[in-house]
Amino acid sequence: MSALLIRDLRLALRAGGGFGLGLAFFLILAVLVPLGVGPDPGTLARIAPGILWLGALLACLLSLDRIFALDFEDGSLDLLATAPVPLEAVVTIKALAHWLTTALPLVLVSPLMGLLLFLPAEAYLWLILSLTLGTPALSVIGTFGAALTVGLKRGGLLVSLLVLPLYIPTLVFGAEVVARGAQGLTVATPLALLSGITFGAVALLPFASAMVLRINLR
Amino acid sequence: MASLWEYANPLKFMRTTDWLLPVVSVAALVVTSIGLIWGFFFTPDDFRQGSTVKIVFLHVPAAMMAINAWVMMLVASLVWLIRRHHVSALAAKAAAPIGLTMTLIGLITGAVWGQPMWGTWWAWDPRLTSFLILLLFYLGYLALWSAIEDPDTGADLTAVLCLVGSVFALLSRYAAIFWNQGLHQGASLSLAPGTRMDWAYKAPLYTCMLGFGLIFVALVLAGTRTEIRARRMKALVARERMA
Repeated sequence: MSALLIRDLRLALRAGGGFGLGLAFFLILAVLVPLGVGPDPGTLARIAPGILWLGALLACLLSLDRIFALDFEDGSLDLLATAPVPLEAVVTIKALAHWLTTALPLVLVSPLMGLLLFLPAEAYLWLILSLTLGTPALSVIGTFGAALTVGLKRGGLLVSLLVLPLYIPTLVFGAEVVARGAQGLTVATPLALLSGITFGAVALLPFASAMVLRINLR
Repeated sequence: MASLWEYANPLKFMRTTDWLLPVVSVAALVVTSIGLIWGFFFTPDDFRQGSTVKIVFLHVPAAMMAINAWVMMLVASLVWLIRRHHVSALAAKAAAPIGLTMTLIGLITGAVWGQPMWGTWWAWDPRLTSFLILLLFYLGYLALWSAIEDPDTGADLTAVLCLVGSVFALLSRYAAIFWNQGLHQGASLSLAPGTRMDWAYKAPLYTCMLGFGLIFVALVLAGTRTEIRARRMKALVARERMA
């Protein structure tokens, strides 16, 4: 299993893996938003929590089709499915690799994006914490979406349509944590709910993902 | 002893719905007509809302069926995943566009009513937002059906999506409540004592709800029959090719 993780990380990091595309997307979004809504620091500070969370979410979404598509095309997914490792574990590792290569860099650069959007100083801690706690849910839910659409030719747009509604609770609670943090309010409730969604999704969704993957590989 | 599972046999299902579908259709037409005509022309105007109150006879039944259709899809998907009865997968497929339409009717009638009453077509209120999210779930479900060519794979995948989607739809509903306390009034009907609606409105409303339920049943039966026939035609074409 660790071999699979290392292989996936390597594939993502080396040329053609598309590593960093999500980051570039996040940066472009943080540049385009002020251009679109105007440079007023007050407005930007007010919408920054939502924009940052939305940016992280969309950057995750963009990279979903890479989770299974290449392995499906060259047949290694069939090998993985027949390997002695349970498919549930394979799916979890895939989600973990996606999180490490896409979401973790986003978490790390998010304070910089917060700077661009005049995020209030009190909110930085909550931004990093909420993204760290919330993005695993995005990866796991996204893996489910990618598994659903793995064999389809027009999977790209479809996966957005399927996954975005599933992202709603994570987005609501995640952005709420940052917004409350920015206003200096207590963040315990949304933070607990966000963690609940993440842990629930990480615990249960790999079974659903493995199930749909088996259906798709049949 | 007759059991519900007998209708998992497409032949038996077709034979029964041969006579059941016309009966339900006529009943749906009659009950809905009575309910709507009664509601629109024979109820008094509300002292504050005027005649706009009468849109409730479309709004509440449609909203109710939008949610019930999803629940029915959930049950049908479970039956398909557990017992592999094709009729149930096809029934879930047939219910989705109807649920989508009901959701749209609920949203549109709500907007038409909300404009004069709340002064706005739309508000990001938890109930409205949840319904919009429900619309997205219906769209995703239908898109997945239409994207997959093999019918059994499609049935499997959409069934799992329906299960997972139900959990997240519920989560989204509570997230929306948490996110914004709303403008929408509480439930129009409630079993609790001291309900707010007068019987002059309640009686036609219940009639409309029954009518919409019957419409839903009739449309699902018709849709399922269409799907079964489409399957048979495909099988016939395949057999012709083999010969």
